Amino acid sequence: MSLLEVSRMTHFFGGLRAVHDFNLALEPGQIRGLIGPNGAGKTTIFNLITGVYRPSEGDVRFDGQPLLGVAPHQIAARGIGRTFQDLRLWRHMTVLEHIKMARYSKLDYGLWGAFLDTARRRREEATSESRAMELLKLLNVDHLADQLVVNLPYGVQRRVEMARALAVEPKVLFLDEPTVGMTPEELAQIMEIIRDIHNQLGLAIFLIEHRLKFVMELCEQIQCLVFGEVIAEGNPDEIQNNPQVIEAYLGKDTVET
Amino acid sequence: MSSSPTNVAAQGNILKRLVAPVPLFGFLLGFLVCVLLETVAGRSLADLLGLPKMPVLFGLVTIFKVIAGVVNMVLKGAEFQAATLIQIPTALIYFGLIYLLPLAITIRLTAGVSNRIAGGLQRISLLFSAVVHLGLLYAVFHLWGEMSDYRLITLKLMLIAVLFTLSLNIINGYMGEFSCSHPGFMAVGAYMSSVFTVGLFVDDKVLGAAKMTWSMAYLSFPLALLFGGLMAALAALIVAIPSFKTRGDYLAIISLAFLFIVKSFFENMQGLGGARGIAGQPDWATLPVIFIVVVIGIWVINNFVTSTLGKALNAVRDDEGAAEAMSVNTRRTKMVAFMFGAFWAGMAGGLLAHVIRYVNPSSFGIQKLAEVLAMVYFGGLNSVVGSIVGAVSISLLGEALRPLEIFKWIVIPLLLILVMIYRPTGLIAFREFNIRKILQPKTLDDGEV
Repeated sequence: MSLLEVSRMTHFFGGLRAVHDFNLALEPGQIRGLIGPNGAGKTTIFNLITGVYRPSEGDVRFDGQPLLGVAPHQIAARGIGRTFQDLRLWRHMTVLEHIKMARYSKLDYGLWGAFLDTARRRREEATSESRAMELLKLLNVDHLADQLVVNLPYGVQRRVEMARALAVEPKVLFLDEPTVGMTPEELAQIMEIIRDIHNQLGLAIFLIEHRLKFVMELCEQIQCLVFGEVIAEGNPDEIQNNPQVIEAYLGKDTVET
Repeated sequence: MSSSPTNVAAQGNILKRLVAPVPLFGFLLGFLVCVLLETVAGRSLADLLGLPKMPVLFGLVTIFKVIAGVVNMVLKGAEFQAATLIQIPTALIYFGLIYLLPLAITIRLTAGVSNRIAGGLQRISLLFSAVVHLGLLYAVFHLWGEMSDYRLITLKLMLIAVLFTLSLNIINGYMGEFSCSHPGFMAVGAYMSSVFTVGLFVDDKVLGAAKMTWSMAYLSFPLALLFGGLMAALAALIVAIPSFKTRGDYLAIISLAFLFIVKSFFENMQGLGGARGIAGQPDWATLPVIFIVVVIGIWVINNFVTSTLGKALNAVRDDEGAAEAMSVNTRRTKMVAFMFGAFWAGMAGGLLAHVIRYVNPSSFGIQKLAEVLAMVYFGGLNSVVGSIVGAVSISLLGEALRPLEIFKWIVIPLLLILVMIYRPTGLIAFREFNIRKILQPKTLDDGEV
């Protein structure tokens, strides 16, 4: 059985069909890509799986458990971490606070612990902090732990967001356009980081990407989405040579030669 | 009259050199010397200077009274006794001799000793050090308040304002929702704790004969306060539930509506005295009781907002969707924030009811809301120290400017506007309340600031 199984998922926004008949079987440790032009419904698929929207039809199962109707924070706690296309960091919080916050579901001390500063709270917060520092080290941002995120350069913010997603201790990591707005240099770094975390933490990765070169290098399996429908699925070679994909990206070749 | 910039800078440096090496312990010691001096010599000095009585708030009220006299003469042609003008310099001399000079001398002379004491205390334990500092602070408050009833009640109301402001900062600052319902929660706390104390222990026209004897009243006041706080927290559920669906302007309007509902509820509940309210609360809210409750309140609130559970409020404020995606239970977070804030507002209300010893609905209206909002936004959002500074400065300013009557409501808003222009989030916003740092000794050699 796959780690994450989506079957026949369809979603409407009012009368608009945003996603149609989407299927996915993500195996543990696999890196999968989802490509497609702007507005194809890629982010909507992420939001449907992570519980932000409830699919109009279809089924989502994670680790054998149904995810439909489960609150997003519970889905995250079960092991789906995600990043956002538009970097949704908390502007008044430090880097370390971000990572500790994502470990919210791992804390057990409850409200009384929070109110009364109990020994248990101190212990749990200390554990949480040392785990957070490990993650920051993994992503090479540990020296910035006490900085407010708004003061950091864009590439670093991206890494902080990725560390934050990893802090929920996910089994699957969803990356929503991790390279958007990056310089070629930063691009190479982020590719390295994704490979690193994949190797070290052994988690499955499901990523949305615009830059074909990036997806082709990283992913084992790729789906191409156009107008909410998967028009092609396969390994990078197959996708690269699929005429429908080429058409979706470059338009139909109407020039007679 | 303009002093050259270098001169100002030099003065600033002198002040900095005087203050920088002094730990909090030294300041408390200095204040203690001041209030002791005032207790011993205040009256005779006031007589000597020809002041009508001991200036109550560091001479500020005396000065503004004279200014108010001048203003009234100019605007209304009221009679003005020119002889009172002399009170401005004499009040300043009084302030200088009783407060400024002794404080400066004490902190200068004891800087070395108090640093060593502060260091020693901290080595024993942070808790012990905090208790000693609080004891010293209480001694200052006690002596200062003992000199007149007016001072005592000002001090009590100021401490209650600190707790009330801080409780609103949880919602408006830490969680970033603009909630207008806070005086309503205070009203619930004030009424419910009064029902508890007046209903059980006092013969009252509205609430009937005493149901228990005074001998059982021992230790019941904390229970009354808790009861008031818990009822306020329960009332907060009504506001918390729409906050799951609406945010921003809409929630502000809903919470404002809630404030009016609470007010008219108490106005129309004849069983609770209607518009006249409940009077005759036992005089249990003494200075030590209020001091302890407020200190506990600050401690618990600070614990909460520094824990990850409490910082979840910030995450919800800055980006709720991201918080939810990072496994934060945002619904619970919002509910806890509202109920927790309301609980402390209710506690503050219970204290207030037993300080002024009556409650009626009209004390919990828009004016109260404006006052507490001013304190929160003046002092600084998302900051425990900010709330303390805001509540203390606005309530002292309010008292000092009281002689100006209607002009008070021009001066204070003007000040607020200035703060909002130059520091949009308040004086001391987004700063963590680090007790260790506040109490620690200051070394002389880190002067390269």
